[in-house]
Amino acid sequence: MTYISHADLGGKDVPGRIVPEPEDERFHAGWEARALALTLAMGGTGSWNIDASRSARETLPAYAQMSYYEIWLAALEKLMAERAQVMPDEIAAGHMLHPPQPVKRVLRAADVPGVLAKGTNVERPATGPARFTVGQRVRTRAGHVDHHTRLPAYVRGKSGTIAHRHGVHVFADAHAQGLGEEPQWLYTVVFAGEDLWGPGSEPGLSVSVDAWESYLEAAE
Amino acid sequence: MAHDHHPDHGHDDHSELGEMDLRVRALETVLTEKGYIDPAALDVLIDTYQTKIGPRNGARVVAKAWADPAFHDWLLNDATAAIASLGYAGRQGEHMVALANSDEQHHMVVCTLCSCYPWPVLGLPPTWYKSAPYRSRVVKDPRGVLAEFGVELPASTRIRVWDSTAEVRYLVIPQRPAGTEGWSEEQLADLVTRDSMIGTGLALAPGAAP
Repeated sequence: MTYISHADLGGKDVPGRIVPEPEDERFHAGWEARALALTLAMGGTGSWNIDASRSARETLPAYAQMSYYEIWLAALEKLMAERAQVMPDEIAAGHMLHPPQPVKRVLRAADVPGVLAKGTNVERPATGPARFTVGQRVRTRAGHVDHHTRLPAYVRGKSGTIAHRHGVHVFADAHAQGLGEEPQWLYTVVFAGEDLWGPGSEPGLSVSVDAWESYLEAAE
Repeated sequence: MAHDHHPDHGHDDHSELGEMDLRVRALETVLTEKGYIDPAALDVLIDTYQTKIGPRNGARVVAKAWADPAFHDWLLNDATAAIASLGYAGRQGEHMVALANSDEQHHMVVCTLCSCYPWPVLGLPPTWYKSAPYRSRVVKDPRGVLAEFGVELPASTRIRVWDSTAEVRYLVIPQRPAGTEGWSEEQLADLVTRDSMIGTGLALAPGAAP
């Protein structure tokens, strides 16, 4: 099986204008607010983690044709169907047709402020020394991996410089696949524009990504 | 409006909105019947992001940084703690980094892989931030993107784009506008726009605030 993300858009040739938006505009339809809330509430059951939900979204075949909350909703339905929590026939019927599956917890109204304020800290204690130091030159892993990853295509196989070390963070690639947290050192790696886009790149442009240690190799 | 960012969508907007409304309502009914969700929690979640957590939070952080040099330094050294001291913390803001714009360097923030965004200080991301045109273009042609927002920077200003590919979230501190000496934090906050804290805009000039 080949894993394909339809969400890795950096540097791609995508048509369409950027449409600025007033900052008091929150939702463009009532269902968008409900879709957001349903997604957060089901996330609150602990049935999957945020990396698994990003993976469910980015692999939707119709990703490019859907609006953002349509993507969220389709991914939510996919995650629940995979766990037999809600089946498509029930959404079509608008009622429960199969018995519920046990969930770890239910997000109650009274607990919402506390849960949002707490968030999910993904930093973990270091179990070993960091391999790279700030200022060191590194090269990113080249090529495709057959699972969810957070190294965008436009920086793969490129040389950059370690700009920051963030500590040890839950590794998204493993976490998304249900392989556990496998925490790793996380770095900000900065690339010169011309190393990404060639000699025609805008002078003085630099672009950084946050990269886990296993994405990186020491470079000259 | 909801579909501005994919104009090739083949559906009639009205019938589609109705279809999505029904689908979400059906889902909410099933999830409630199954006991997975508390419907009252949905209302609290929506109210939180509609009325409580939004870009005015970030504007207060920036205004304090402009007015208080010690807070400015703290924000640049440990943004998570400095921001939490004002009461803004939690989901999608667990690991914050602040970036100060200057004449020499202008910072812009994106998530090319999805829509990562610092919720506790900026609220939910605007549609354009999540859209394919912004995510694809800003890492390659940031000045072109700035032009779409009506912003032009001097050629001597270097641009640094931060792609939020992990759980670190970035807040841009725009440059303090001239002519605001002695202003209170409340007055200053009115000059701080959401877009200026993403890097697609600048702080407003005195007199331009709403």
